[in-house]
Amino acid sequence: MEPLRRVRSRTVVIASTNIDTDQIIPARFLTTTTKDGLGKQLFADWRYLAGGAPNPAFILNRPEAAGCRVLVAGRNFGCGSSREHAPWALLDYGIRAVISTEIADIFKSNALKNGLLPITVGDATARWLFENPGAEVDIDLAAARLTLPNGAATTFPIEAFARHCLLHGIDELGYLRSKLDLIEGYEAARRW
Amino acid sequence: MSARGRTLFDKVWTAHEVVPETADTPAVLYIDLHLIHEVTSPQAFSVLKSLDLRVRRPDRTLATMDHSTPTLTEQVFGKIPIKVDAAAKQVRQLESNAAEFGVELFDMRDARRGIVHVISPELGCTQPGMTIVCGDSHTSTHGAFGALAFGIGTTEVGHVFATQCLLQRKPKTFAVNVEGRLRPGVTAKDLILHIIGRIGVSGGTGYVLEYRGSTIRATSMDERMTICNMSIEAGARAGMIAPDETTFQYLSGKPRAPQGAEWDAAVARWRALTTDPGASFDASVDIDASTLEPMITYGTNPGMVMPLGGAIPQVSGDAVYDKALGYMGFHGGDVMLGKPVDVVFIGSCTNGRLEDLQAAASILKGRKVAAGVKLLIVPGSQQVKREAESLGLAQIFKDAGADWRESGCSMCLGMNGDTVGAGQYSVSTSNRNFEGRQGVGARTLLVSPLTAAASAVQGRIADPRELL
Repeated sequence: MEPLRRVRSRTVVIASTNIDTDQIIPARFLTTTTKDGLGKQLFADWRYLAGGAPNPAFILNRPEAAGCRVLVAGRNFGCGSSREHAPWALLDYGIRAVISTEIADIFKSNALKNGLLPITVGDATARWLFENPGAEVDIDLAAARLTLPNGAATTFPIEAFARHCLLHGIDELGYLRSKLDLIEGYEAARRW
Repeated sequence: MSARGRTLFDKVWTAHEVVPETADTPAVLYIDLHLIHEVTSPQAFSVLKSLDLRVRRPDRTLATMDHSTPTLTEQVFGKIPIKVDAAAKQVRQLESNAAEFGVELFDMRDARRGIVHVISPELGCTQPGMTIVCGDSHTSTHGAFGALAFGIGTTEVGHVFATQCLLQRKPKTFAVNVEGRLRPGVTAKDLILHIIGRIGVSGGTGYVLEYRGSTIRATSMDERMTICNMSIEAGARAGMIAPDETTFQYLSGKPRAPQGAEWDAAVARWRALTTDPGASFDASVDIDASTLEPMITYGTNPGMVMPLGGAIPQVSGDAVYDKALGYMGFHGGDVMLGKPVDVVFIGSCTNGRLEDLQAAASILKGRKVAAGVKLLIVPGSQQVKREAESLGLAQIFKDAGADWRESGCSMCLGMNGDTVGAGQYSVSTSNRNFEGRQGVGARTLLVSPLTAAASAVQGRIADPRELL
């Protein structure tokens, strides 16, 4: 995995709360057997009209959303299913960080394993981001700091080991496999 | 660990710590049972292949196919191909991956096949005190046995394949205390919908729930599975219920449960899997079950739920709420009873077990599905199907005009082509009423099997207590 230290981008805002993984990528697209190319199905039922044409009312289809790598979303983003296709679709589309006041557990775990930053912020920061769509934000992963264009900076919580792995491009599976002797010892010692 | 005593969760977690967590590193948590299915495993097998790794413990891995599989008998057992080409490819890929990596697979025509969260308990694979994972969020179902069971992503499926372990931070604990007796016509599904409404769809985020109290102790295993199944709909990774005589009785004699002297030793060990008196939880909620009504959802997440006989809450100035009601074609103040129904779905890992079908049959017996309504009944497993057929339930369903199918996830998420049409109202015993979950534009109302069956008969949203 490539090391990830910083994301600087304008934001795109979808203020809805409880955006579930069925919205991020509907189940009918989960019949794939690879991780590739899911970006075109991102938010499919919101992004395309019944005939398949882009829905001009949806934010990702508007010119100002082009090139935005940071998604700002309402509370409890990524709730629902465990499908890793959700972060795969966001990454394939070009999103590198999701900012919300709350992010669902499984989505957060899946995102971190793929280099998509799940960033939880307080209500005041979220309100500012909702009111200023397209703002250029700076996410410094080493410092766990989000800086707004007005200079205001806030730190965000991020699991220490996941951050370490992202900063240094370390694969978590490699780390787990380095514990195989301990795993074998655990199996040998267990009596049930 | 609290000096005053430990929670059920804490006992199971600690027993599976290969390496405890530190400030810098998560715990290495041992996984006893890894369930896999066709949708979230292919990319994990690809990682193994690219790294030239094996499945480390195929004996702790069990594969089935459920999400994208057809439910029409002629497609499962006959010569008619699977309708969705990509789904057929997934099924074939699981067959070849299972063979290549030595994983036991219940394939399309296997008598033990079914929804992953239905078959593992009915075979006795799911046991108290285990850690169980699957690339599916409703893995929380298995917590009904006092197991720590949670859904994982595909990267983590690969981690378990390669090491039989996961890197995990220890979650917090949340006691859901339920007291009082459920009234006739009010089911475990109504209880869990009420609980989700109380704590909210993200109220459980970061927590493992433990369902406790006299109401829970009085439930059957099928009911406990319905309750734990929907823990994820409150945002919780897992839900647990301490094992007791009900649990042991259910597991006794199951094909893959311990037998003989091993059974006695296992039960002795399982009896210790309770929360000690005086153990503390990080959060709690108290629920009075004796006053509950049958419940129904009216919006686009399971927390938008209300008593069946009530009116949709009126909320002003909330664009998200307005959008949800707009999608559903409802308005604040609308009464739910009597609203029209197009499709009724009885099944899923939430309500696709035998007791669920018995409940539905108690309403459908001697009655007919209303004209213009499609009733789809999909058993949770082939075993449930056989039992329902031998008990005469299937005949009751067919006589009522229902469509009786082979097992699978089916219309819960519509991956296999069993979908609800745009704009149609689906009264469903499944677990998610998200926009488009059952088909593009589909409008889902989550209910119990009793309410689903009553609504199918009346052709409108109906109170099952009028038909009991």
